[in-house]
Amino acid sequence: MGLEYMQTTTDTALRVIDIIAQQAMLDTSEVGMDMAMSDLGLDSLGLVECIFGIEEAFDISVPFNANAPDQAEFDISTVGAIISEVEKLIARKAA
Amino acid sequence: MKRVVITGAGTVNALANDSVGTYTALQEGQCGIGPLTCRDVDRLNVRVGAEIRGFDPEQHFPRNTLPLLDRFAQIALVAAREAVAYAGLQFDAALGLRAGVIMGTAGGGNLTVDDNYRAVYADGKNRVHPFVVPRLMHNAATSHISMEFGLKGPAFTVSTACASANHAMGQAFQMVRCGMADVMLTGGSEAMLGFGGIKAWEGLRVMARDTCRPFSRDRTGMIQGEGGAVFVFEELEHARARGAPILAEVAGFGLSADAGDIVMPDVDGPVRAMRAALSDAGIAAQDVGYVNAHGTGTAANDRVESQALRVVMRAHLDKLPVSSTKSMHGHIIGGTSAVELLACLMALKDGVIAPTINHTEFDPDCVPDPVPNEARRASVDIVMSNAFAFGGLNAVLVLRRSP
Repeated sequence: MGLEYMQTTTDTALRVIDIIAQQAMLDTSEVGMDMAMSDLGLDSLGLVECIFGIEEAFDISVPFNANAPDQAEFDISTVGAIISEVEKLIARKAA
Repeated sequence: MKRVVITGAGTVNALANDSVGTYTALQEGQCGIGPLTCRDVDRLNVRVGAEIRGFDPEQHFPRNTLPLLDRFAQIALVAAREAVAYAGLQFDAALGLRAGVIMGTAGGGNLTVDDNYRAVYADGKNRVHPFVVPRLMHNAATSHISMEFGLKGPAFTVSTACASANHAMGQAFQMVRCGMADVMLTGGSEAMLGFGGIKAWEGLRVMARDTCRPFSRDRTGMIQGEGGAVFVFEELEHARARGAPILAEVAGFGLSADAGDIVMPDVDGPVRAMRAALSDAGIAAQDVGYVNAHGTGTAANDRVESQALRVVMRAHLDKLPVSSTKSMHGHIIGGTSAVELLACLMALKDGVIAPTINHTEFDPDCVPDPVPNEARRASVDIVMSNAFAFGGLNAVLVLRRSP
């Protein structure tokens, strides 16, 4: 993750990465955009806590059911995917 | 060791407010799940549940006793009255000393807690009703049953989340079996379909938004219910001597802890509990004719429970009916395995296996025969009832057809 990455990282992305890193007990520098939750050692309960942290941080409601984690409503396949979904939800809230 | 039989049953749940109505509903595959009616339901994401209908507390209790009775205790008392009446028992002073109560509940007086927290925190009140404590305590239902019938032997409450009632009934079974009591009233009840109770479950993100579809490939989680059931567990010779109706024999009880995860299910713990129950009953796995599954309808539970059943039942699982009646009465948490025992009794005494309703598609990761959508006639001699709680605490009962 070089300079280019840092420049394209939004505030939202930084906060989401921070939430995920805290939950995974990692340093934010260890969290890559293309990493899956399992790469970070997060199980479904850890993911539920991340989603809760994101909802609290951005005052948004994330459509997520632990029974159907692959659902189309909210892509959780990678860190980058989650950030992009969160950005969409924030934009929808502002609209 | 003494033999233990069930001589009475009573219930209040979303399907019916007595056992006969519940058997009928289970046979017809009725669904008790519908829109929730609790206060502030518009602030909930989960808006469906299996609520009891047509239950008027004032029909069952004098108005001056109601301040002492949370809904979970009301349910337990009404169910206990039905069970005792069915059994035809009169508790005189001598029998009262040889009789006790063990009930299960996970939330106890959860609605009372919720109402009174609201009063003091949200509404800013500085005073609560004097009976809040005796109303909310987890042992309230047990105590009221013991008081109503004069049961003066062993009495306590068991709280092991979703396995509470099976742990309670297993304990009552062992007490009668070892001679500590001749009669035990036992089962479980739960009433937490209030704003706080549902909000807490909502947080876990394991709740279905529409309905409960255990073992179905498209299942999306659990649906909470409320209710309970109470049974009369009686020593066989005591029951025979008075010509009591015998619904079934309690044959074995097995329990175990996963010692794994606080919420994620495990294969090994349930396997050990099922094997312990069968071994306690002296019954081989291939002789089991019906399993009432824990079957919550979550992705994880139904897959893992199916794996555990495969380990225990091996090839026998291919032709073994395994249903989850939570699809009809919802997940009644600490009272659920008591209500589910009614489905077990029905299989043994009426030869009817309750279905798993709302089932749309077989899941190759789940049990091969979930008895989808329609009840089935079968001659069943042995049933097993599973309960696997959050916290990894497992309790399994095995029943045998009436001797």
